Amino acid sequence: MTTRIDRRFARLKEENRPALVTYFMGGDPDYETALSIMKALPEAGSDVIELGMPFSDPMADGPAIQAAGLRALKAGQTLSRTLQMARDFRAGDDDTPIVMMGYYNPIYIYGVERFLSDAKKAGIDGLIIVDLPPEMDEELCVPALKAGLNFIRLATPTTDEERMPKVLQNTSGFVYYVSMTGVTGAALPDTSKVSGAVARIKKHTDLPVCVGFGVKTARQARAIGEAADGVVVGTAIVAAIAQCYDAKGAQVADPAEAVATLVRGLAAGVREARLAVAR
Amino acid sequence: MNQPPAPNSFRVGPDEAGMFGIFGGRFVAETLMPLILDLQRHWNEAKEDPAYQAEVAFLGKHYTGRPSPLYFAERLTDHLGGAKIYFKREDLNHTGSHKINNCIGQILLARRMGKTRIIAETGAGQHGVASATVAARFGLPCVVYMGATDVERQKPNVFRMNLLGAEVRPVTAGHGTLKDAMNEALRDWVTNVEDTYYLIGTAAGPHPYPELVRDLQSVIGIEARAQILELEGRLPDAIVAAVGGGSNAIGLFHPFLDDSQVAIHGVEAGGRGLDGVEHCASMTAGSPGVLHGNRTYLMQNEDGQILDGHSVSAGLDYPGVGPEHSWLKDAGRVVYSPILDDEAVEAFQLTTKIEGIIPALESAHAIAHAVKLAPTMGKDQIMIVNFSGRGDKDVHTVAGMLGMEI
Repeated sequence: MTTRIDRRFARLKEENRPALVTYFMGGDPDYETALSIMKALPEAGSDVIELGMPFSDPMADGPAIQAAGLRALKAGQTLSRTLQMARDFRAGDDDTPIVMMGYYNPIYIYGVERFLSDAKKAGIDGLIIVDLPPEMDEELCVPALKAGLNFIRLATPTTDEERMPKVLQNTSGFVYYVSMTGVTGAALPDTSKVSGAVARIKKHTDLPVCVGFGVKTARQARAIGEAADGVVVGTAIVAAIAQCYDAKGAQVADPAEAVATLVRGLAAGVREARLAVAR
Repeated sequence: MNQPPAPNSFRVGPDEAGMFGIFGGRFVAETLMPLILDLQRHWNEAKEDPAYQAEVAFLGKHYTGRPSPLYFAERLTDHLGGAKIYFKREDLNHTGSHKINNCIGQILLARRMGKTRIIAETGAGQHGVASATVAARFGLPCVVYMGATDVERQKPNVFRMNLLGAEVRPVTAGHGTLKDAMNEALRDWVTNVEDTYYLIGTAAGPHPYPELVRDLQSVIGIEARAQILELEGRLPDAIVAAVGGGSNAIGLFHPFLDDSQVAIHGVEAGGRGLDGVEHCASMTAGSPGVLHGNRTYLMQNEDGQILDGHSVSAGLDYPGVGPEHSWLKDAGRVVYSPILDDEAVEAFQLTTKIEGIIPALESAHAIAHAVKLAPTMGKDQIMIVNFSGRGDKDVHTVAGMLGMEI
């Protein structure tokens, strides 16, 4: 069974370029604005969309994504509405893969079977659930795979050789390599270390390896893209949205436009990556 | 849901995956997984190592002042006219609460693991003070995360931690209470994986913490059991403890779990009442969910977002509870009941006036439940209440509740 994610990475392989994977928070700062941001992503050059599910206690996220989640919750975002956002997006785009990313509890409360069924119907292709390591695979990973959704696992610098096969065992779609220890949005790591880590993962799997945590600029995107099958950008996008509002919450710039501008630059960086390697 | 059959023993959990029935587990980011597996390996070795056990016992005796007395609260007993009430005097420990029992065990474990930096979260500040204390004793740098609201209402403890050389980092996220402090401590740990030991203060979090903290706090129940047998020649009819995260409670309860003649009562923070969300009675009024690395009863909304809750006692102001308590509730072995802020403050005053002991507001919740329970029991019956901490830290809060400024 192939998903939009599998098909997208196959196409990018033919084009010989890495993917640009973009994260934004569903419902930040409100439903309509977030939907307009989501719709702007593919045209600006995003190859895979990570749709953030807000959670009250995002224990692996830095200040920018924490704040985005709280804004979304304050504006009334729920898991049901995040699924609705995917449905609204799918009405105009049936190609761009969507990965829902967040924490387990809202899904557990929604009900695992009901969630998987609704996610599939909404056109979701994969899941990244931060607080479900392989030790907890029976909770959601195994049911998700059965339902035809990809379950994308995070590998980290603390995942050693011995543990890597366990992490990769039920992973599908792609592997998300978190390039440093720490919360989202912290400083960019040394890119030479990243290429070593990607090579280490590729010894164990044929899946595409995307690298994230800390990528903010086109140059960084290009550097990571030289080593990986995809570059994940999240905090920079979330921060760009936040900057469209002043301290009192009044809008001072168009968030969809601001995100599109940022993503166009990142996409250009990613597209130069392989050319750079060829040179 | 079908009620599972009663197990042969209530003391065998958790299983290898860290589960107590459906509760517990290891719901953490991959970055932390290798760390908690490493912690588990070291804990499994340490708890079987007589040298480690001897070190814990030595410091327990000479540094903490164990065993803590089992004190017959004669005037409270007379006042209530029912069961004989004994206080397990954890308030007399060094640093003023049961928290030190856990901290000594964990810092010795951290040293075995070669860790050089300690982080902790704290609500009331008791665990923060205990962590800062053992860090000072062993010369390790210590960072304590504390909700900004708690920093405000527990200023003396903040100053104590500073004196002990710890850095207190106020956390402004959420309502600025224990839950937010725990998130921030986890973020620190995810960032500083190499050198840092996370000294969790309660019997919650990812496996093996609930088991580890329980085992270290079980000294309370082991002593109490031996003491009551010596004093009364028999086991008590009831034991009572307050439950926030639940470490003092599980420490008292665990050695008694298989004594079926002993009724066990956990007391949750009923706050301003269970109608709204201004309480922390996760087991009485919450539902199972996943937070801070474990599945347990939580205060949450219908979308699975965690609520902040409220309690006059900063140490009970936590929207979850240790997973073993959730399991013991569903298994029917322990009965959990709420006590309101006002009832706790009343018990605080009563105990101070007629026993001459100022209880922590956390302990005052347990005493308030004993006040209700004792008159329903015979004079020949015996009850042990876990007097988990002393109340000096709470005098400002209580003065405020009583409309006084000090």
